[in-house]
Amino acid sequence: MTEMILREAVTKALREALEDDRVFIMGEDIGAYGGAYAVTRGFLDEFGPERIMDTPISESVIVGAGVGSALAGLRPIVELMTINFSLVAIDQIVNHAAKLRYMSDGQFSVPLVIRTVTGGGGQLAATHSQSFENWYASVPGLKVAVPATPYDALGLFRAAMKDDNPILFAEHSLLYGMRGEVPDEWYEIPFGQADIKRKGNDVTIVAYSRMTHVALQAAAMLEEKGRQAEVIDLRTLRPWDKETVLESVRKTNRVVVVEETWKTGGFSGEIASTIQEEAFDDLDGPVARVGGLDVPAPYNGTLEAAAIPNSERIIKALSDNYGI
Amino acid sequence: MKTTTYKVAEQLDKATLVDFYRQMALLRVFEERAAEQYMLGKIRGFLHLYIGQEAVAVGAIHALGRDDYVTTHYRDHGHALARGLSVNAVMAELFGKATGCSKGMGGSMHLFDASLNFAGGYAIVAGHLPLSTGMGFAFNYLNDNRLVATFFGDGALNEGEAHEVLNMSALWNLPVVFICENNLYGMGIPLSQSMSNTQLHKMAESYGIASAQVDGMDVLAVREAAETAVQHVRSGNGPYFLEARTYRFRGHSMADPVLYRSKDEEAEYRKLDPIAQYGEWLLSSKMATQKKLDAISAEVEKQVEESIAFAEESPFPSPEDLYRNVYAQLP
Repeated sequence: MTEMILREAVTKALREALEDDRVFIMGEDIGAYGGAYAVTRGFLDEFGPERIMDTPISESVIVGAGVGSALAGLRPIVELMTINFSLVAIDQIVNHAAKLRYMSDGQFSVPLVIRTVTGGGGQLAATHSQSFENWYASVPGLKVAVPATPYDALGLFRAAMKDDNPILFAEHSLLYGMRGEVPDEWYEIPFGQADIKRKGNDVTIVAYSRMTHVALQAAAMLEEKGRQAEVIDLRTLRPWDKETVLESVRKTNRVVVVEETWKTGGFSGEIASTIQEEAFDDLDGPVARVGGLDVPAPYNGTLEAAAIPNSERIIKALSDNYGI
Repeated sequence: MKTTTYKVAEQLDKATLVDFYRQMALLRVFEERAAEQYMLGKIRGFLHLYIGQEAVAVGAIHALGRDDYVTTHYRDHGHALARGLSVNAVMAELFGKATGCSKGMGGSMHLFDASLNFAGGYAIVAGHLPLSTGMGFAFNYLNDNRLVATFFGDGALNEGEAHEVLNMSALWNLPVVFICENNLYGMGIPLSQSMSNTQLHKMAESYGIASAQVDGMDVLAVREAAETAVQHVRSGNGPYFLEARTYRFRGHSMADPVLYRSKDEEAEYRKLDPIAQYGEWLLSSKMATQKKLDAISAEVEKQVEESIAFAEESPFPSPEDLYRNVYAQLP
């Protein structure tokens, strides 16, 4: 076992990926600058400018060129500096990357990994603090990963590189320094497999990305009140592990879904709806949802924090819905 | 046709030169019959006819190699047929049948054939340009001397990503032949109302891309200009931008009532019909007789009629096909 931070896990994953000659990395400031989040520091010297491509500020072409080079037989990794900027490339992601295999009846495939940085809480204000992975999780043809730990980041990325489908790999901006243990032996994590980060019998907390850690904080607070929470980290949103969630709900009968992005239209709605469709009789009350408040992210730190789910809001939601 | 001699006419043999006529005639008849089938309800959705623009696809695609990639916009039947896709498979695709080139999953705007390196038909204006940039990047990366020829309309240059593409292709010296089919209208908007600079090839020059303008109604002029473009790109000189001035004789699509231009204007452009022009050139150059041209017309008519029968008789895809190919299977 080796202890490392999440950034190091992603860097390790990228180094491994580059062992395949067909793999190259393209994005803004990934080379000479070392990566906006320092993930690819040193890569330009190590792998050279043909494989570590600094691009102009052209998200649409970054993704589109990724798609096109994948169509032509390469296995590109492109970076969108943050998921906020993915909106500039959303046509290439949704209309092209996701649909080319289907529209060509399988004649063409898009083995593309789109790495991006998601989430808020750093006082970067409204246009730099968003989390859109839920939007992309609605799109057939895409896969979406949202790792919360170094172990998950490395395992999921390895699976992503073997996958011939277009994958959005969303790393949370505040989790790069998250410590965790990583096995020295090879392992992979398949998409669609959630991880029970904490076992418990009294209540289920479903979360992903940074909210997994907020959920674990809530679980610690619940334990002080004599309640054992089961925390499920989804790890991927498309596909997502419905069975693990339902199995837990059947056991605990109480569930709250926690998500950083705006509650309205959030993926928590998809999860909550599925739970009540398929485990209705196992519920002691309505599925609770805790999401980002429906406001653009304010710059002010206190207000920003109020808009993002925290453990107090999770506790309150459980109390409101289930009286615990 | 201009009375200038064509260098390319001396380099190509008679059979090839006559075959340009056959190809353009095939494209024309295919589109006319497709329009009829659309009115009969056999073809649904959108249908964008290539009638009038045949010389561009036929002339340009002939200059390419088998290993080169071709991408194009939604007015793509002409490019598909010029590239060699089966007439039956294209008609069946328009009919939404399981024997279509995409088994009915793509339709008119999304024709694909990987075996011919025909990498699509795209419905988003300018959407395929970034993809073409990526293909060019891959060919450089693999050092294999392939290029990508990407067709798009004048309207595509309205889109921001077209400019990102021109910038990046020039910056990275990518092997892309840009073929802008300037048919003077972006749906219902004339060029002068959408472009501050209507000399589209000059716009490419501002990015440092070698460019030229060509009469898109003249198949030999297009073939010659495409040759220059291909040589330039294959010699490692980076991208090339060819603006082909052409005209579509019908509306933007079958749904277009064409209220934005006059019948007089259309009549003027019909005098420049690329097929009629070329037929006259073949006759006056003694490359073909009228009898030969008539035989060709009859042959392509028959071919298209047979493709309609083929499409009619073909099965539809089944409901089980709905989820196939949403994802590639994991290895």
